Amino acid sequence: MKRLLAAVIASVWMTFSFQAAAQTPPNVLVVGQIAEPKSLDPHAVTAVNDFRILVNIYDGLVRYKDGTLEVEPSLAESWEISEDGKTYTFKLRDGVTFHDGTPFNAEAVKFNFDRMLDENHPFHDTGPFPLSFFFSAVDEVTAVDESTVEFKLTEPYAPFLSNLAYPTGLIVSPEAVKQHGKDFGRNPVGTGAYKFEGWEANAKVVVSRNEAYWDGAAPLEAVIFRPITDANTRIAEMLSGGLDVMVEVPPDSLQQFRGDDRFVVQEQAGPHVWFLILNTKDGPFANKAVRQAANYAINKTALVENILQGTAEVASGPTPPAFAWAYNESLEPYAYDPEKAKALLKEAGYNGEEVTFYVTEGGSGMLDPVAMGTAIQADLQAVGMKVKIETYEWNTFLGKVNPGLEGKADMAEMAWMTNDPDTLPFLALRSEAFPDKGGFNSGYYANEKVDELLNKARQVTDQAERAKLYKQMQEIVYEDAPWVFVANWKQNAVTSSRVENFKLQPSFFLMLQKVAKP
Amino acid sequence: MAGYILKRLIAAIPVLFGLTIIVFLIMAMIPGDTATAILGSYATPENVEKLNRDLGLDKSLPQQYFIWLGNLLQGDMGRSYSLNRPVLDEVVERFSATMILAGTSLVLCSIFGLLAGVVSAVRQFGWTDKIITFLVLIGISTPSFWLGLLLILAFAVKLQLFPASGMFAIYGGGDLPDLIHHLVLPALTLSVVATGVIARLTRTSMLEVLRQDYIRTARAKGLAERKVIAKHAFKAALVNVIPVIGIQAGFVMGGAVYIETVFQWPGIGSMLVTAISTRDLLLVQGGVLFVAAAYVLFNLAADVVQTMLDPRLR
Repeated sequence: MKRLLAAVIASVWMTFSFQAAAQTPPNVLVVGQIAEPKSLDPHAVTAVNDFRILVNIYDGLVRYKDGTLEVEPSLAESWEISEDGKTYTFKLRDGVTFHDGTPFNAEAVKFNFDRMLDENHPFHDTGPFPLSFFFSAVDEVTAVDESTVEFKLTEPYAPFLSNLAYPTGLIVSPEAVKQHGKDFGRNPVGTGAYKFEGWEANAKVVVSRNEAYWDGAAPLEAVIFRPITDANTRIAEMLSGGLDVMVEVPPDSLQQFRGDDRFVVQEQAGPHVWFLILNTKDGPFANKAVRQAANYAINKTALVENILQGTAEVASGPTPPAFAWAYNESLEPYAYDPEKAKALLKEAGYNGEEVTFYVTEGGSGMLDPVAMGTAIQADLQAVGMKVKIETYEWNTFLGKVNPGLEGKADMAEMAWMTNDPDTLPFLALRSEAFPDKGGFNSGYYANEKVDELLNKARQVTDQAERAKLYKQMQEIVYEDAPWVFVANWKQNAVTSSRVENFKLQPSFFLMLQKVAKP
Repeated sequence: MAGYILKRLIAAIPVLFGLTIIVFLIMAMIPGDTATAILGSYATPENVEKLNRDLGLDKSLPQQYFIWLGNLLQGDMGRSYSLNRPVLDEVVERFSATMILAGTSLVLCSIFGLLAGVVSAVRQFGWTDKIITFLVLIGISTPSFWLGLLLILAFAVKLQLFPASGMFAIYGGGDLPDLIHHLVLPALTLSVVATGVIARLTRTSMLEVLRQDYIRTARAKGLAERKVIAKHAFKAALVNVIPVIGIQAGFVMGGAVYIETVFQWPGIGSMLVTAISTRDLLLVQGGVLFVAAAYVLFNLAADVVQTMLDPRLR
């Protein structure tokens, strides 16, 4: 009996140890994702996690140039912008076909935007399309001829091109939408470097090389995206050789991978800013000196180095440096200077009144919000401000912050990741963007000059001219301090050392077109 | 017996309906709505309103509930907002995965629990009893998600004997040995607490039975000790343990929520966690309905088995 048991155990042991020792096969890349994709219809989704798959299946008319947030041709070879900035004419690439064999042409482009924007379009019901407002300035799309398409805008809107480079602007196969209807999101067809092979719910999404890719076939035969929601499990999979690429590595674990030559750690700062919204309408932060004092009182370097363990950089203003062309290099982050903060508080006549601080438990781009909130509370208390923290779950938190802080709180954590330097300030720093007007200016910051600069920057199509306006805006906002500018997140990923040509992009999209794994 | 089962099943229907109303109300009461969850930072009032209209969430609560109920009675559980696919497809797929995991754990914890309980009762106050009781105490008090992580660290990362996560291999695999290979760690983790509970109860119940007069009679008439334990004592003790196994079935399904998240098991527990955080009402409703129905059925099965074993209950 005992001998039999031993034999059984030994044979089970051997079968399993052979299986588990197998590594991921060559030319197949296994990517550890943070969640199951919601849909693979690029017009129907909002999460970066989904974008990582989509940008490899689809192309847009334009895309971000490697390593930048500047736009370059993709499915459109070239374009012209009319004098008044209201007409964009794109010349399309010839001979491109979708993975289902149907041709990519001007009619296909028109179908894509009409489906999203026209409520009477026969396939509008395949939505909803939550980010369609990216193109709300589009009045009409016309297929001029087979390879020319014209967009008429209702008003000049400079971020239009970079919005086209966003996943919401990726081009889907009209025939596939007609065929699959509402289920297109599970049967995606694009023109990209990889074509869709299969999706097993909560296990994997598989894409394979598109041999006929117009920009040169990819070196990899296939990519497998695996959703693993628990960060610890994701790390365990990476360590045990079940993954080739892992994104969003928790700061605590990066060190472990750094010291191991089986892995390569990748980092890239992105268009992300982590800040505190200050209530400029009522309470102590209505006074500019108190807002500046908060900026001086908080030790951002300590937050970034100790809590975030180097996975972010100290922010110097409302615009992240990843927008290289629009970023004002001359701004230095507010120094950590508790003495100056105390002096400013005294000058402002701050009477020790308690301030309420909204902290979230988690949420998109929020990094380590509870630990950061606690450290910020301690820093403010050190200069004599009494801070009361109220913590909420992310959706509840948004429900409290987005309608405005008036009468409820004095400060709140917030983070944004955008694709154009226009988006965040336009939605969160203009006086026309107060919550009751449908914006995100939850702290009621108002400065006429900032309003004017931001409105003007939307209408100018010349990039150098726009850059000047944004730089001026950053200086004013820096001085007025409607926010405490805290951190710009660096996206990270760990790859196995077998992976070649892997590069993170400032857009935070996972471009795998050139990646190899022999 | 058939009449009894039918009566119990009919009695379960109002319970399940009541449950759907409660879930519906709770989901309506927790702050944050579906559209905000989908739009994230882009949730302007204008965008939220438009998206709610597109999703059919602009109707009044009772209206929404009755539309859902009407569709349910026709076998349609609606379409998940967050997954963009029919709720029924998703729930059935996820539920089967959970049943495989929970079912295996239940078998494991019943076998180990009963075995440990009987052995430790028979050897009361001996070394075996002390060791088993100690292990059981540790088992009951170990947080299962933590144990899961430790097992992953030991058996997947260090020894590389078992995969760290998932239900099937990512390439190849997909057959029964592959499934068993993936099942070992999560099923063990999930069964630990329930094993402890069952072992303790079996021990108590056995001790009680062993003190009965008829056991003394059995021994007095010269029956082998092994027979006394197996035939007379164990069978009587089992009657008390069966309903607890039924209840443990419910706990195992509840525990699956953590374990599925830790091991990335594509079951209904991890589905519900995601569905709640994305405020995907229809998916939550569908999932809870399945889990509740399963719970009712487990308890019913336990009661039926108990009645069959115990002539006194008939």
